[in-house]
Amino acid sequence: MKKHSPANGTIRVGVVQFPGSNCDDDCVDVVRRHFDFEVFKIWYQLTELPKLNAMIIPGGFSFGDYLRSGALAAHAPIMRPIKEFANRGGAVLGICNGFQILTESGLLPGALLQNRNMEFICRTVHLKSASNSILSMPIAHGEGRYWIDENNLSELEDKSRIAFRYCNEQGLTNQTANPNGSVANIAGVYSENKKILGMMPHPERASDCLMGGSSDGLKVLSEFFNRV
Amino acid sequence: MLTQSPDPQRLKTLINADQIDLKNDAELQAILKAHKISSEEFQKILKITERAPTMAELGVYSAMWSEHCSYKSSRVHLKRFPTAGTKVVVGPGENAGVVELEGELCVAFKMESHNHPSYIEPYQGAATGVGGILRDVFCMGARPIANLNCLRFGQQDHERTSYLLARAVKGIGDYGNCVGVPTVGGSVSFDATYNGNCLVNAMAVGLINRNKIFKGFAAGVGNYVVYVGSATGRDGIHGATMASDSFEQKADRSKTTVQVGDPFAEKLLLEATLEALDKNLVVGIQDMGAAGLTSSSFEMAGRAGNGLYLNLDLVPLRAKNMTAYEIMLSESQERMLMVVDPCNWPALVEVLDRWQLPHAVIGVVTNSGRMQIEARGRLEINLPVSPLTDEAPVYNRELNDVYLSNADSGALEDLQLQLQEDSVFASQLFKKMLKDVGSKKNIYEQFDRHVGARTVLDSDSGGAAVLWIRSDETKDAPYLGLALSAGCNERRVRNNPRIGAAQAVLECAKEIIAAGGLPLAVTDCLNFGSAEDPSVMRQLSDSVDGISDACRQLDTPVVSGNVSLYNATGPENIHPTPMIGMVGKVADIRRVTAARISSAGEYLIFKLSGENDSKSTAKLVASLAAKNAGLPAEEGRIADIDWDAEKNAAKAVSILRSAEIAKYVRSVGDGGLGVSIFKTCSKMLAESHSLEILTSDAGSFFGETGSTYLVCLTEVDVSRAQAILRDINVSLELVAKLYGRKENFGTMPDRSILVKTYFGCFSTTELLKEYNA
Repeated sequence: MKKHSPANGTIRVGVVQFPGSNCDDDCVDVVRRHFDFEVFKIWYQLTELPKLNAMIIPGGFSFGDYLRSGALAAHAPIMRPIKEFANRGGAVLGICNGFQILTESGLLPGALLQNRNMEFICRTVHLKSASNSILSMPIAHGEGRYWIDENNLSELEDKSRIAFRYCNEQGLTNQTANPNGSVANIAGVYSENKKILGMMPHPERASDCLMGGSSDGLKVLSEFFNRV
Repeated sequence: MLTQSPDPQRLKTLINADQIDLKNDAELQAILKAHKISSEEFQKILKITERAPTMAELGVYSAMWSEHCSYKSSRVHLKRFPTAGTKVVVGPGENAGVVELEGELCVAFKMESHNHPSYIEPYQGAATGVGGILRDVFCMGARPIANLNCLRFGQQDHERTSYLLARAVKGIGDYGNCVGVPTVGGSVSFDATYNGNCLVNAMAVGLINRNKIFKGFAAGVGNYVVYVGSATGRDGIHGATMASDSFEQKADRSKTTVQVGDPFAEKLLLEATLEALDKNLVVGIQDMGAAGLTSSSFEMAGRAGNGLYLNLDLVPLRAKNMTAYEIMLSESQERMLMVVDPCNWPALVEVLDRWQLPHAVIGVVTNSGRMQIEARGRLEINLPVSPLTDEAPVYNRELNDVYLSNADSGALEDLQLQLQEDSVFASQLFKKMLKDVGSKKNIYEQFDRHVGARTVLDSDSGGAAVLWIRSDETKDAPYLGLALSAGCNERRVRNNPRIGAAQAVLECAKEIIAAGGLPLAVTDCLNFGSAEDPSVMRQLSDSVDGISDACRQLDTPVVSGNVSLYNATGPENIHPTPMIGMVGKVADIRRVTAARISSAGEYLIFKLSGENDSKSTAKLVASLAAKNAGLPAEEGRIADIDWDAEKNAAKAVSILRSAEIAKYVRSVGDGGLGVSIFKTCSKMLAESHSLEILTSDAGSFFGETGSTYLVCLTEVDVSRAQAILRDINVSLELVAKLYGRKENFGTMPDRSILVKTYFGCFSTTELLKEYNA
């Protein structure tokens, strides 16, 4: 396995750990195995960030999803320094519950509502990226239906801020390929400066063809880290 | 250091709590009946207590000696299980069994029932079933990495089935998903025998280093007894006693005996427990599971040969005015009892506070050998420990020799004849069978199967689950895997408990072998009817022998398990259902094979069988076909297992794997060849593939035979496969072809895609509709 190396200097990646995060270890593991970076966890009660170049807010059920997914985490002490980091142009990747936390805290637009069928859905889906490549990776969420009003949707579209849309194997973004009822099949969005990425699918779970037959998640992670 | 410290010296100053009035016989009998204590048992209680017990003490006896906690009716039989083996690290009797996987890395696992609460309140019942079994695994220090579940519900059109199924599945999903343990496998089926009693069996599997296994010992006089986790409420009081009784007609009246789960609290408890154990801050630990504080305190003290002094005023409560009786018997969830050296207490508090877990020192370990428990200034419980834990009643209950009511009316021969000659009947039965086995997609898609990023194969792959084990202990084995399988074909056990139970073990082993694993060890969950019915006890006894037969043949010792009796409504007992959970080792996950084709193309599907086809005459007995044709499970007698044939077939599968020829492998079980071929191809049939099943013998197509696997090959490998299997005593017969294109075999005027069989041609959509219903 060839590791992706940074161009200059060691990149330091922080993975935030809230009570109830459950993909934190998986994110640390994927970075450690496939990237020549330094990676460590960041406890949610810290009020200052250690020195780092990129951070991942992992999936899970932060604070047990009480009130609303991501709502309580968005007010945790760590969010202040994360917002400052993001405002300085820092790279932040929110996966699943991490995406929910990013929308709840206003770092990304829109909201994530309960799936159209009212049930948790775990399956492998196809995604069309902003650069029109078709990727395959798993989703696992109960509240992943992306919602945004029409004005903001057209802004996302105009500025190419839609990172991923659910599609079928051929790349068609139709309703049958939309697992949860997201507006415009949206599975992930960028911030205006493209440094913040929130997505419901799990790239860390598609990091090796031996698990589920896809390593497309590595492409997503590489591209994200390239923005650092 | 402590704001309020438990002090055994207080014992001298306490007033004794009121004893039960032995003179008021009517009231006494009513109390004993409510606690399911027999008069013989009460005599034993008086002897042990050396006076009349208090109400709290009676509650303790009732819980400790309940069927659920004491195994009083099954213990004499469970002793016959083979439990030793070179890979066994911890055998039965602990919170979970542990076997060696690779070097110091071990697997801790156990299966447990939550049948009674799940029938009463399926969402909470199933959710807390998952929570309880997870705690059994992580309180040993193992990190849970997989959940499985085995579910049995009444017939699909029974009024309660869809409600129980939907709510139990949601409960399992919501709990496991939140804790972050993937639910990777199991089995679900429907039968009228479960109309009044569903089965919800949960299995948890964890990883642990051999040198870091914790046990439930209350060792070290003077050590603190520490309560950790959610506060205690009135939920689940008498859960253990309830689970030790049949349902009368109104099962849903007992909702207060069902516990309520909080998976977020479980996740915090999991992380805090593993951290505390890893840092060696704890001497002994046990989950407050069935019978809550009672069983955890007595069992920990019993194992260490010590006594405990507890002050219940220090227990965190969430309901007002709880009595000692209620506190001792509450089954509130997500709680642990720990024994801690006082010098480690500050460090433990730091861990528990960081994870926001309520905690309290509620007592100390004493050398009295007695359980002495005070509440509100009164000595509520003062009992010797060992008689309660070691001298629980043991019943060698009556066995009935005439349970084998196998009928032989000739109905099976008639069925086979009709299937062979009446293609309308045969094709309708095939559709009915597909609907009965049904795709489980709607169920397993509600389970997070990938969290942990280890999942190689899961329910979606159609066979055993396989996890990729990457840990510090396995650097020399970078592609090490763990295979998991669980299930039981209850109709076969009903037909013949000894052979049927052995087959339950064998089927799990075959699934693991088909995926590419080597079976290691077994856990079981013995779901049976009323212990007072001699024919049920005969079923239990024979099932234990059957499991033992198979475990000896396969060299897979039984290392943990659970018994659930009284799965009965009125006089109706469920079919005996000894559910089996098995773990296996996968040497190289790059060579695993799924049981469901997921890659487009042309495949030749061969039946690989270890036995000579002509000699098996009992194919339709207790089969899915017979069930759907309306025949009872006890019609005819199932064939004995031919172990030589099984071993040959398994060897052949492993040879094909080494040669990297077999693309997909499935063990043929429930439903026989036709259904198994359909299931193998179902994914591709939804993607414009066509299927032709070549088998023309009704017995082979609909019947169920042993030592049979389906192996999917591509054309170029066929002659090589035949050549390398030449010296092994197995047959390799082409039974189906999957075409990677729309194909209507020239039989239909329209262009619909076909599944062609000797017993009828179907449009793919027609069959998928039944299967996905």
